[in-house]
Amino acid sequence: MTWLLEPLSHAFMVKALLVSALVGGICGLLSCYMTLKGWALMGDAVSHAVMPGVVVAYALGLPFSLGAFVFGVGSVAAIGFVKQKSRIKEDTVIGLVFTGFFALGLVLVSKVRSNIDLTHILFGNVLGISGSDIQQTVLISTLVVTLLLVFRRDLLLFCFDPTHARSIGINTGLLHYMLLSVLSLAAVAGLQTVGVILVVAMLVTPGATAYLLTDRFDRMTLLAIASSVLSSVIGVYVSYWSDSSTAGCIVLVQTGLFLLAFLLAPRYGILNSQRSQVP
Amino acid sequence: MTTPYRVTPAAPRIEVEQLCVDYNGTVALYDADLTLPAGCICGLVGMNGAGKSTLFKALTGFVRPSHGRIRINGQTVLRAQRDQAVAYVPQSEGIDCNFPISVWDVVMMGRYGSMNVLRWPRQSDRVAVRDALQRVDLLDLARRPIGALSGGQRKRAFLARAIAQRASVLLLDEPFNGVDVRTEQLMAQLFLQFRQEGRTILISTHDLSHIREFCDLVVLINRTVLAYGETSAVFTPENLARTFGGMVPHS
Repeated sequence: MTWLLEPLSHAFMVKALLVSALVGGICGLLSCYMTLKGWALMGDAVSHAVMPGVVVAYALGLPFSLGAFVFGVGSVAAIGFVKQKSRIKEDTVIGLVFTGFFALGLVLVSKVRSNIDLTHILFGNVLGISGSDIQQTVLISTLVVTLLLVFRRDLLLFCFDPTHARSIGINTGLLHYMLLSVLSLAAVAGLQTVGVILVVAMLVTPGATAYLLTDRFDRMTLLAIASSVLSSVIGVYVSYWSDSSTAGCIVLVQTGLFLLAFLLAPRYGILNSQRSQVP
Repeated sequence: MTTPYRVTPAAPRIEVEQLCVDYNGTVALYDADLTLPAGCICGLVGMNGAGKSTLFKALTGFVRPSHGRIRINGQTVLRAQRDQAVAYVPQSEGIDCNFPISVWDVVMMGRYGSMNVLRWPRQSDRVAVRDALQRVDLLDLARRPIGALSGGQRKRAFLARAIAQRASVLLLDEPFNGVDVRTEQLMAQLFLQFRQEGRTILISTHDLSHIREFCDLVVLINRTVLAYGETSAVFTPENLARTFGGMVPHS
């Protein structure tokens, strides 16, 4: 039992566990929509593009999530604009825009005088998270969960059949931008736990794992949240006892759970797919 | 045809006047005129890229016309959408069949427009879904995931969604593509019932034999509406040649 309880005697570990579990939960919920909508690349783009926002916000003394949000949404708008106004394909535009934003972030970090540690942005710093950062994360999480729950059915329809959504008078443009805003917010929250580079894993892997386990959306949501929260908790523990990167451990556990599902899922696992051919 | 086709010009279901649609300067449809009465089955015939899907998109509000006007039940497209008047039945190929959703839930999506913001189904919604599934003979497969259905069954599921929506205008995109005989017969029966109920059905297809079998009216389209009216009157060699650019598909 010591291995379970001893870490909890440190305040920073309790905070880290709670924050990672919370961020894991909201990212897990969102990851269902990301995988079903095919927005993994968009998640990667937004999470990288928030970086200059973090630096600018610190320099101006604003909450860093505000800056990150502005640049996250800005990158999405830039992607949409370039795609619409040019003949370049979407994946190229995404790759082009987010690396541009990310590079701007790198230059700003090295030039703007601040106490930002680049490695904390890139790889997260959940063990050293501050009280105000926790407040921001809780606020963001509440907002994200509320929006995703209220518009759960509409978003599902939007992912499944946007034409039908539109033809019954649902504002799909609004849903599109709402989902992108939620993505920016979740990326900001995930940034603290696992950092810019790995946040896309939190936005994709739990959804992909759950997708292999069920054909029901409600169950998929619950499984994604469960696997994501579990990964966060196990990851933080493993990182504590092995004295290794927390972000790396969390994402590795997520990847491990995905591999388990990939191999052993009742219907879609590769070891079982032979049997499921016979109805 | 069991029921005689009645024209009620006083109450047109769909009115399209001088409709023009362009995508960033590329004209997809120009000066299209069309009036369809309540209670008819109408075929929409044209080549790929002739503007069939553009017309559907304009009727579902997906694209904004650059010129002209559309009235559905005498109202704007936006208003008609809010009234749940228009149902679009997609080609099954355009749908992700691995989506984790059951047949029941797909049909329930037809009711969303009549529900509150949270889309919590009431008893009346469940009754509508059950009835719709019964009419397309899918009630016993209601709990199956959509991906477990055959192509024809999937088509029927989307038809059930339109029925559950209680739409007065049904837009069907290539409904006979990859469909088994049983589904085709069932759809033909349903179309006749829909017509009797006063619904207007617009079927986009490139298969002329189906038009001759099912449709009261036909619309020929090639960047504009070339001709529309009773099938026998419109299906002339000259009209077909203009529609297909001189290459009439045999049937």
